[in-house]
Amino acid sequence: MPRIVVDVMLKPEILDPQGKAIAGALPRLGFTSFEAVRQGKRFELTVNGEVTEEILAQAREAAETLLSNPVIEDVVNVEVVED
Amino acid sequence: MSTELPLIGDYSTPTSELSGARIGVVTFPGTLDDRDAARAVRAAGAEAVPLWHADTELQDVDAVVIPGGFSYGDYLRAGAISRFAPMMSKIVDAANSEAKLPVLGICNGFQILTESHLLPGSMIKNDHLKFLCRDQLLRVENNQTAWTNGYEAGQEITIVLKNQDGQYVADEKTLDMLEAENRVAFSYVGWNPNGSRRSIAGISNAAGNVVGLMPHPEHAIEAGFGPDHRGTDGLTFFTSVLTHLVGGKK
Repeated sequence: MPRIVVDVMLKPEILDPQGKAIAGALPRLGFTSFEAVRQGKRFELTVNGEVTEEILAQAREAAETLLSNPVIEDVVNVEVVED
Repeated sequence: MSTELPLIGDYSTPTSELSGARIGVVTFPGTLDDRDAARAVRAAGAEAVPLWHADTELQDVDAVVIPGGFSYGDYLRAGAISRFAPMMSKIVDAANSEAKLPVLGICNGFQILTESHLLPGSMIKNDHLKFLCRDQLLRVENNQTAWTNGYEAGQEITIVLKNQDGQYVADEKTLDMLEAENRVAFSYVGWNPNGSRRSIAGISNAAGNVVGLMPHPEHAIEAGFGPDHRGTDGLTFFTSVLTHLVGGKK
């Protein structure tokens, strides 16, 4: 069944304490090439059948109303993934 | 059911008008502090009315407390799923109506109010990433709201703070607006315990009937149990709304 993938990230101007903690842990494991880390969320909405434009529009609306909080987060990607 | 005797405060003043006040306390799956909130309501002299998240009847309550906890396990974002509960729709409508239902959101309740857009901004993880539980000193910045009119402006109070997602954030424009309109209700004094913008601990809506804050006034209402085993600074929230309801100060 096809899935609609929605990626949500904290807005760039919002400090990401979790990403910062991960960035602090990386060098301890020898990963020294990474300046910063931002942590986001990935949602997979499974669709039974074909992903029509209408269903995709619904996914976009859900992404803006429930899956993200526009005050602190941006929906950075909505795409269909076929299995 | 055992009778609860208020151990503190002067209870000679509440009139018969006050004794009729009904204050709803909402319970979601995962709410923790509804019983303490109901107890605080009773200690202030009002009747506590349990409201279930899935119900749609406000049961003629005169005010509503949305207590703390971890509704829906903080899944997705703290308060994000509770926001769409049928009871929340009723509360949002009533808070925005002519009647301006007084609503107090505590901790997770504050997060639910921001997710509901009754209050601006949002909460993210504490800047130090740790869950924190401590007695917290606050300054009352605005004593003109339905829930703070019993405090003196600038009064410093100590109540419990306990959360992991307590860092209040909003864009600069919103923060400027909140300060310009005197809508910062409480500020952290001394150490900022979670990195909140401009040390904001609590805010109100423009009308002053909706107030949200991260610390917990309902845990500081009874001598022997509050901060430092004697603090009762939180009780004034619940007596303030009664004063508001009988048409006292705003």
